[in-house]
Amino acid sequence: MRRLLTLAGLAALPVLVLGVFFVLPVTGMLGQGLWPDGRFAPGEVAEVLARPRVHRVLWFTVWVAAAATVVTLLLGVPTAYALHRVRVPGRSVIRAAFLVPFVLPTVVVGIAFDRLVSTGPLEGLGLDGSPVTIIAAMVFFNLAVVVRTVGAAWEGLDPRPGEAAAALGASPWQVFRTATFPALRGSVVSAASVVFLFCSTAFGIVLVLGGLRYSTVETEIYLLTTSLFDLPAAAALCLLQLLVVTVLLLLAARARSATGQATRRSVTPSRIRPYDAPALLATALGLVLVAVPIAMLVVGSLRVDGAWSLANYRALDTTGGDGLVDVTVFEALLNSLRTAVDATWIALLVGGLVAVIVTRRSHGPAERRIRGLLDGFFMLPLGVSAVTLGFGFLITLDEPPVNFRESPLLVPIAQALVAMPLVVRTLVPVLAGIDDRQRQAAHSLGASPLRALVTIDLAVVWKPLLAAAGFAFAISLGEFGATSFLSRVDHPTLPVLIYRLLGQPGPHNYGMALAAAVVLALATASVMFVVERLRVPGVGGF
Amino acid sequence: MLAIDQVTVNYGATAAVRDVSLDVRAGEVLAVLGPSGCGKSTLLRAVAGLEPISAGRIAFDGADLAGVPTHKRGFALMFQDGQLFNHQSVGANVGYALRIRHRPRREVATRVEELLELVGLAGYAGRDPATLSGGERQRAALARALAVEPRLLLLDEPLSALDKSLRERLALDLREILTRAGTTALFVTHDHEEAFAVADRMALMRGGHLVQDGTLAEVWEHPADAEAASFLGYPTVLDGSAADVVLSAAGVATGDGVALRRSALQVSAEGPLGGVVLSSRVTPDVVRVEVDVPGVGVVASVTSDGTAPPRPGQDVRLSVVRDRLAVIPQRGSSGPFP
Repeated sequence: MRRLLTLAGLAALPVLVLGVFFVLPVTGMLGQGLWPDGRFAPGEVAEVLARPRVHRVLWFTVWVAAAATVVTLLLGVPTAYALHRVRVPGRSVIRAAFLVPFVLPTVVVGIAFDRLVSTGPLEGLGLDGSPVTIIAAMVFFNLAVVVRTVGAAWEGLDPRPGEAAAALGASPWQVFRTATFPALRGSVVSAASVVFLFCSTAFGIVLVLGGLRYSTVETEIYLLTTSLFDLPAAAALCLLQLLVVTVLLLLAARARSATGQATRRSVTPSRIRPYDAPALLATALGLVLVAVPIAMLVVGSLRVDGAWSLANYRALDTTGGDGLVDVTVFEALLNSLRTAVDATWIALLVGGLVAVIVTRRSHGPAERRIRGLLDGFFMLPLGVSAVTLGFGFLITLDEPPVNFRESPLLVPIAQALVAMPLVVRTLVPVLAGIDDRQRQAAHSLGASPLRALVTIDLAVVWKPLLAAAGFAFAISLGEFGATSFLSRVDHPTLPVLIYRLLGQPGPHNYGMALAAAVVLALATASVMFVVERLRVPGVGGF
Repeated sequence: MLAIDQVTVNYGATAAVRDVSLDVRAGEVLAVLGPSGCGKSTLLRAVAGLEPISAGRIAFDGADLAGVPTHKRGFALMFQDGQLFNHQSVGANVGYALRIRHRPRREVATRVEELLELVGLAGYAGRDPATLSGGERQRAALARALAVEPRLLLLDEPLSALDKSLRERLALDLREILTRAGTTALFVTHDHEEAFAVADRMALMRGGHLVQDGTLAEVWEHPADAEAASFLGYPTVLDGSAADVVLSAAGVATGDGVALRRSALQVSAEGPLGGVVLSSRVTPDVVRVEVDVPGVGVVASVTSDGTAPPRPGQDVRLSVVRDRLAVIPQRGSSGPFP
């Protein structure tokens, strides 16, 4: 009984937060779609889904995401091997480099690729506004997911089954196919499903690169809401996306749980051998893909009228040429930092509680059932895209019973919900890895439950906790999907301001947007650099 | 001191411990011996306050422990694999319980040195637990458990994870350390040799039930039943007519079962039993001979000093040494355990 009460006490805050800021917006959004005038009218949803444009959007979303996933895996898996099992010089720096795109604000990624194909060396290829550019940007963005997830699994993989296979006469490729890959399958499937999820719900990239020609479900929802004011249609698309994403997550979870836990041991990376060449080549390709757009961005920000200049950076404390944007970039950066601090503590508090709750061992069937239910409930935010969340906030939280429209915490809370699944995913493996008997040993030596939490759990988890904080901070800095709906006109965050600057005519504003993107990228990259230093071997990934 | 009174522990629908009553007296080491899954570890965890008991009462010095959380019981628990805190040095591990109690820094340092000395790890305070060998880890875990002189030390198979020679050495050390520290301890194991090496008294558990308890000699000399005798390490356990043959050869009343130590049967020219040698093996102490005795079956025996090892196929006579066998009361006959 006392255990159940403790559980209820711990769970109260996350349940409340998720209830108000997740369940309410999402059901409100569903209500818009299914009960447009207070009557249950599923026909409207069917009508929206029957539109030819919606079909085009759906098809585009799926094939682009699938293509991007395949390319990401082809580049990412060999890279994961090279960076985790081979003694490549400067491994940790290269690993950090691969991680940078993942936390680069999507708007920045969009601009970087736009620069690359419209003005750079690839100008003549006609890639401007083509799906190839969108796919390349998605790969750029998601390589980190594959490298980290598969790399973490590969890093601790027991090499002895592979060595046994080699001793029996298997070639390196056969070793990979028969011994290594089966042991890695879980992490590859898990990475692939996450990448597909991110690609099919990509927002900023498609919004910037797709222009008016190409639209995915996410950008279509945005368009329908902000330009066409067709809320029921937007709600219908949200509903569809919610269903598809939930099914995808369930499938991914099943694929993950179907593969057994391989034995882990610490393995020292081997020196470079001849047959590592393909893997090294993939790593080099990936590195080029990551480095070139960023370089283009930096170079572009330093060019004004065909000459080198810092003018774009000097303009960052102005409000732009035409006075259409009434906030300076530095003010927006301050807004972003303030928002990110709030989003980080919220994400850590709620995500940390969730991680503690789902990893504690249950005594008795009642507790196990409750814990299982909570576990499922807390995973729900993973299934909802940022745009859906932002849209849901927009239509439900501006009227009683909960009016948060003017609250300065509205944007941080939305961003915290976006970052929370990642916090949970970072902390859960670490907490679950603590043998419960360590806590019992501490109790038996006289440590109270709180004392045991501090001396056992916290002592082990502080590094991943800091890393999770860094992640949450970086994600919040670059968050665009939900924020674009919620950011107040006079208090935009930096990504929102950059997007607005892009919408202004004139090379001056474009140059300023580039400079602002570099500043934003530097801010997130420095946070990620700290996170990479805190990396806990064999743990983490996505 | 510790009184376990008719305790039952349920896991869902199944009872892991059923109606067990045991006492541990001040300063003694009680070993609970049983095969894996017999409920001995569950009993230990119940005493530690880590498992709720479904029925019965656990009391210490007369005070009921129901509702007293683990950290307020003043016991210490040592696990099979030590469960040292890997994020702390060996010294910090040993001093953990002292720091929890806010003892002055200097006192902690002195006591840690003292304890490491006691367990034979002097100078290891600065080491990282990950760099210790299995035996060293267990020694460090023991030092950590002894740091605040627990009212009761609970040991969960503390030596099982070690290899045989290390286990024997550490068992003797453990006995000496516990005696020297005057610690009262409850010790759970599936290894009878470990129990004999460390404990003063012994309790035998099987299928959640307490089968038998008493001093080492009592239990060893009067196993409750055939299964208990096998578990205690008797290589040969006989019943029915086979037992009668051996018992009558020893000059004891027949009708019960009998458990034989290896040295209970000795090859000698005038022995009352005859048989054919199946194999013989020279070991450092004795020559072990397997003999097929008609009406009894294959039994383990040894040669007496000075006798040449017999060859397989050879006919030998066996004498029965009376104080090296244990009579096992059969079900239904009179005995302490019906």
